[in-house]
Amino acid sequence: MQSTTYSLDSIRSDFPVLERKVRDNKPLVYLDNAATAQKPIQVIDAITDYYKNHNSNIHRAVHALAEESTEAFEATRSKVAKFLNVANTKEIIFVKGTTEAINLVAYAWGRDNVQKGDIVVTTEYEHHSNIVPWQILTQETGADLKYIDIDENGELMLEQLDEYLATGKVKLVAISHVSNVLGTITDVKEVIKKCKNADAKILIDGAQAVPHMKVDIGNLGCDFYAFSAHKMLGPTGVGVLWARKELLENMRPFLGGGDMIREVHKYETTYNDLPYKFEAGTPNVADVICFSAAIDYLTKIGMDNVRNHEIELTEYALEKMSKVKGIVIYGTKDPKKQGGVISFNFNDVHPHDVATIVDKNGVAIRSGHHCAQVLMEKLEVAATNRASFYIYTTKQEIDVLIDSLEEVAKVFKL
Amino acid sequence: MSADPIYTEMIIEYSRNPSNFGKIENPHIHRHDSNPLCGDSIDLYVNVDGNKITEVKFDGKGCAICMACTSVLTEMIQGKNLEEVKNFKKDDLLSELGLGHLIKTSPVRIKCALLSLKALKYGIYSYFVDKMNDTEAAGNLKEEAASLY
Ligand SMILES: Cc1ncc(COP(=O)(O)O)c(C=O)c1O
Repeated sequence: MQSTTYSLDSIRSDFPVLERKVRDNKPLVYLDNAATAQKPIQVIDAITDYYKNHNSNIHRAVHALAEESTEAFEATRSKVAKFLNVANTKEIIFVKGTTEAINLVAYAWGRDNVQKGDIVVTTEYEHHSNIVPWQILTQETGADLKYIDIDENGELMLEQLDEYLATGKVKLVAISHVSNVLGTITDVKEVIKKCKNADAKILIDGAQAVPHMKVDIGNLGCDFYAFSAHKMLGPTGVGVLWARKELLENMRPFLGGGDMIREVHKYETTYNDLPYKFEAGTPNVADVICFSAAIDYLTKIGMDNVRNHEIELTEYALEKMSKVKGIVIYGTKDPKKQGGVISFNFNDVHPHDVATIVDKNGVAIRSGHHCAQVLMEKLEVAATNRASFYIYTTKQEIDVLIDSLEEVAKVFKL
Repeated sequence: MSADPIYTEMIIEYSRNPSNFGKIENPHIHRHDSNPLCGDSIDLYVNVDGNKITEVKFDGKGCAICMACTSVLTEMIQGKNLEEVKNFKKDDLLSELGLGHLIKTSPVRIKCALLSLKALKYGIYSYFVDKMNDTEAAGNLKEEAASLY
């Protein structure tokens, strides 16, 4: 643990939206953080400041504003690298989100490195963005797509990975660091070790990890890592793909256009250096620049403190929720093994009825398939309810959730 | 905290014990419909004698609102003639369950409430057109169904 002072009040006062009243003047209780996080005033101010004072395109013009913008854009790249302990800043590619990052790898790496008869491995608890690109790739190339199943605690059955790797045909393992539905934390160190031994590449979907815990890419040893800014206090429309330089250099480009080129002639083009080779067109300059403020904010709090706060909340919530009549909680139910995400259902009450009743009390939870229909099939449900926490979530808010869930049990006579 | 006005005794009761739940083999009218957002998914079966609805059943899965509304709809149209059912309005159904306010307050949940009515209107439209070859009787049923929500 770094510091013991975690000032929830002062954190909350930085988030204007948390002062909102919704539905008949109920204070907003925002528990849909796995979908997207709220933004602190520092991030909101950064974006206004950019448009008010600096707006211009980057990397091309030599005028003052262009220089300022370019500098700020590149400074964010360095900040991201430092945040993730990445030594080479050129390995940080800005994309529009986790989804684009994974598609980039499937297209620009997959098409040249996965062939008929090869195997791509993913898991039952992936977001659609870490399934569909691999379906497209394997269908196109004639490779096989295999799944690592989950056990009744929502943890991966890693012995299946051993079996797949033993065939010697696995080219890539694509796996999420933290499940967006169950919150299960993948033992990525173990997975990476296994992949290394079998000479398979490994992509990690860190959309639910980077916002919530310290991620040290420099020491992790994976090949590709993807995440989104909007789930970590930053703006929508910005994401990061990190990949090893050797891989990126040997990959074909993803999108063709401005900025990614060195020289263009009528019939051939030479490509720009990293990272620009993968950043065609005008990037999301404003949002990348204000993403910087989000990283500063999290750095100031300290990622270990963020994680500890969420462990405390998850422990508190699990304990209270498990006492609500008729509730079924999915996943490990162990706060040390999962992120601040709890998925649950009530015996034969549709999740949308749960969400509607809870919403009347100002509580925002998510109900649906959470872009994880493969997992829903496994759990044998059409949908679940999900409550997910973040740095500004309080125990009092969890109490409001619990009261609302008790109301559901009462209304439905469970 | 007050109980939600949507979730009245009547709705909970119907959702727990839906009326006319089941399947009709080879019905005169069969229509499947679903709401991708919440995953409500129902099949509506209707038998007709001349111009009169003789039997209605439904099966499927859905939220309490969808189950209750579908139940009540099946009860309301039983024994009615097609002309009456054609003129059946969404308010007729919603007011029966005290859900009229949903139209204003919940553009999302209104879809759950009206799914069965949409299925019924499409079903009767197809029946007029395909089985009775009567496009005139079908009138604007299809547009009405499409514009329910
Ligand atoms: C685990 C996981 N992967 C990928 C994504 C997709 O992220 P984005 O929509 O920002 O591209 C999400 C977001 O919902 C997620 O939770």
